[in-house]
Amino acid sequence: MKYQPVIGLEVHVQLLTDTKIFCGCSTKFGSEPNSQTCPVCLGLPGALPVLNKKVVEFAIKAGLSTNCSITPRSIFARKNYFYPDLPKGYQISQFEEPICQHGWLDIQLDGQEGKRIGITRIHMEEDAGKLVHGDLTGLDDNSGVDLNRACTPLLEVVSEPDLRSSDEAVSYLKQLHQIVTWLGLCDGNMEEGSFRCDANVSVMPVGSDTFGTRAEIKNVNSFKFVKQAIEYEIQRQIDLIEDGGTVVQETRLFDPNSGRTRSMRSKEEAHDYRYFPDPDLVPLVICDEWVERSRTELPELPEQCRKRFVSQLGLTEYDAEVLTANRPLAEFFEAGVAAHGNAKAVANWTMGEITRSLNDSGTSIRECPVTPQLLAELLKLIDEGTISGKIAKTVFDEMWRSGKAPQLIVEEQGLVQVSDGGAIESIIDEIMAANAGQVEEYRGGKEKVFGFFVGQVMKVSKGKANPAVVNELLLKKLKG
Amino acid sequence: MNIIDMTISGLHAALKSKQLSSVEATKAMLERIETVEPQVGSFITVTADHALECAATADLRIASGRMDMLTGIPLAVKDIFLTEGIRTTCGSRILENFIPPYSATSYQNLRDSGAVLLGKLNQDEFAMGSSNESSAFGVCRNPWDTTRIPGGSSGGSAAAIAARQAIATLGTDTGGSIRQPASHCGCVGLKPTYGRVSRYGVIAYASSLDQVGPLTRDVTDNAIMLSALAGYDPKDSTSVDEPVPDYVSELAGGIKGLKIGLPKEYFIAGLDPDVQKTMDAVIETYRRLGAEFVEISLPHTDYAVATYYLIATAEASSNLARYDGVRFGHRAKEAAGLLDMYTKSRSEGFGAEVKRRIMLGTYALSSGYYDAYYVKAQKARTLIMNDFIKAFESVDVMLTPVAPTPAFKIGEKVNDPLQMYLSDIFTIPVNLAGTCAMSLPAGFSADGLPIGVQLIGKPFGEEVILRAGYAFEQATEWHKATAAL
Repeated sequence: MKYQPVIGLEVHVQLLTDTKIFCGCSTKFGSEPNSQTCPVCLGLPGALPVLNKKVVEFAIKAGLSTNCSITPRSIFARKNYFYPDLPKGYQISQFEEPICQHGWLDIQLDGQEGKRIGITRIHMEEDAGKLVHGDLTGLDDNSGVDLNRACTPLLEVVSEPDLRSSDEAVSYLKQLHQIVTWLGLCDGNMEEGSFRCDANVSVMPVGSDTFGTRAEIKNVNSFKFVKQAIEYEIQRQIDLIEDGGTVVQETRLFDPNSGRTRSMRSKEEAHDYRYFPDPDLVPLVICDEWVERSRTELPELPEQCRKRFVSQLGLTEYDAEVLTANRPLAEFFEAGVAAHGNAKAVANWTMGEITRSLNDSGTSIRECPVTPQLLAELLKLIDEGTISGKIAKTVFDEMWRSGKAPQLIVEEQGLVQVSDGGAIESIIDEIMAANAGQVEEYRGGKEKVFGFFVGQVMKVSKGKANPAVVNELLLKKLKG
Repeated sequence: MNIIDMTISGLHAALKSKQLSSVEATKAMLERIETVEPQVGSFITVTADHALECAATADLRIASGRMDMLTGIPLAVKDIFLTEGIRTTCGSRILENFIPPYSATSYQNLRDSGAVLLGKLNQDEFAMGSSNESSAFGVCRNPWDTTRIPGGSSGGSAAAIAARQAIATLGTDTGGSIRQPASHCGCVGLKPTYGRVSRYGVIAYASSLDQVGPLTRDVTDNAIMLSALAGYDPKDSTSVDEPVPDYVSELAGGIKGLKIGLPKEYFIAGLDPDVQKTMDAVIETYRRLGAEFVEISLPHTDYAVATYYLIATAEASSNLARYDGVRFGHRAKEAAGLLDMYTKSRSEGFGAEVKRRIMLGTYALSSGYYDAYYVKAQKARTLIMNDFIKAFESVDVMLTPVAPTPAFKIGEKVNDPLQMYLSDIFTIPVNLAGTCAMSLPAGFSADGLPIGVQLIGKPFGEEVILRAGYAFEQATEWHKATAAL
């Protein structure tokens, strides 16, 4: 029998607000344990939560960018369970009436038609703290609780079970990742858990319209692992059914070392979270004006940006895709185009030298020493024939190292291109005299030798000879 | 006049005219506490040294002319209010050694106006009870008859006033916890409108019902206290940014033409004859003062107690989850693993009534029962709230009994929780409706036990019930009676 996988994703997005969702403590990462806490995030008796407005603004932006409707009156709820990293014994989340509902994203796989993936809901919630195990107080084997992360803001984005393969799942996830980082809502760091994903996976016979029993896979913290975990789980469920077994509803944990999933807790062991509206927080009322204001504040989204690069700037689909991988890169490119005008040349340099140098040095585009304006100046020197494309790469390396303007480097190092016919002619004459054999070969019909002469001229001129002039003169001289 | 018999306004005048110092007044109160405390048990913690420090500071403030109504006044607060650096138990073993690192906004407001803290008052554990008998820190007795309960859960707050151990006190009221003990101990107890006073730093029992309020000897003192307490607190999302009237200057003015509603559902057969007699006399007094009486109906009254015990326990089951032995409070010594640590710590730390309510609430929120219990209770709450909204279209205030009987005997109802729950039948609907109400001393039973009556006001209409209470007080002497302790 053939099986159809059915996948839905639940993504936790940690928001880049300065302070926590229900108190004024800093959200900074990596501080001394429990140094960023107060009565509220410690869950002390009598402490009460107060909602951070910025979190609501971020949630609205995430909702609008994923085609959700914004719930005019949304409710916070308590999710009750005991765990040492959960100071109040409940997590403040949203259950009925989340802030965003009924959205979608379109995904596009190579060689396939586009597909719309539904987003059931996006809700706001607080994160838990974390447990630290080991020798903490001189006694071996004890555990400590660090509540710096407690109460940091999260969005949970829940998709419909519309995904049908691991590739679709990854494509959806990448697009969501791109949007939240593009908008500056999240740093997108999957390893540190700023963007984490749980996958609900089931299989059913092809043609069936009844979903199979699903397993929820937790702890998949890279795109690669999402693909691996889903593929492993699909195969595990198919094998189980083929062997006459049945899939049970359970929570499974992905182990990145083995690439397998293993059972964490069964449905019977599942918590009854006893959700109910949090009486400490009043309903969140969002008026139309607020939504409309947020809509006007939204930047151009990656998809629109990509389309515009193709239609207005004449880029290829591929180039547009690469240049909209993240917002700073797209902005760099656009600033370069604004300063220079030739989109294709700016695109080539941004995707070529700039990206290579950034990768080699581990620098982010925001700290790129060659600004878009400097890049444009460099391109202008090529356009004007002051330097050749080849010399430009040398100049670029020097710009990267020193941060100097290209004009200055060209002058300091005497890299101005030689376009003077007389000077180049005399070099050609010398070379032809010294290589009479090759001249004969060329004249005998072996035109490939032409390249040899070009190389020699460039070598003698230290790359400064204008290639167009060299070609023209060489051709004339060799033809005799 | 003896210092211990004074009101806030009386003592304020004496402090202002330098007849007395705050240190003298505080010493007198501390002596009184020491003398009668063995018979009453109003306090869980007496903060004598701290009180004298507060008093000395208050005297300096008075000398420099920066005096507030509460500057130098010796007060005490229920042990549910977080007091920075001072043990706060909430009447529970689980918090026996808990010293909070911050203070409740309401308590801080009193301190900021220069009030002196005498100590932390006895109460039912986590404010769950109507008799103060669920306290983990000993019995609190009614100063009018020490074989009887003072009421609860703010039993210590009412007993301390009746025993003249504090000039005024702070309590909390979730289903009658200020008004019922005030009635049983013969003092004035106000439950303000939900949102009028900040809940920040007040240990939560049922968050949608809890409200902070003052207990005092007379209505004027109550208005003084409320003025210091009321107002919006950005740390409490449920506090309301509504202007705070000058409650003291609103007191005079009389009640001519005031329309008082008598909800027929509250005058049930089986009401204690002494309570009935008191009600009749109060109605007569108000009539004489120029009020008009209107019979009204609150048709969903019968559902109030059941509704309350679903909503309050549901919220409590979640509010009390943080007492898990991990970060503060009692932790069981011998535990095999995490689950065992949770179970033992909570089993050892909580008393029977608290456990009962956690279980009731957990059940009401459980999957499969949520709709039948919690959701239905919320619907009933809306109906009860609408009853009040509708009734207040035709009246300014309502007049009802506070409790069906005067104070009962210690131990009388401990083994019958349902009977105990029913003693809050007239106070609970007010919390469900979220409005304000006050218990006013209005007479005595044949056995000499105080009986209070309840004035219920419109939301944020505290000044109206205070004025009505003040008019009654001007015409009667009940509030001047003192227990012969």
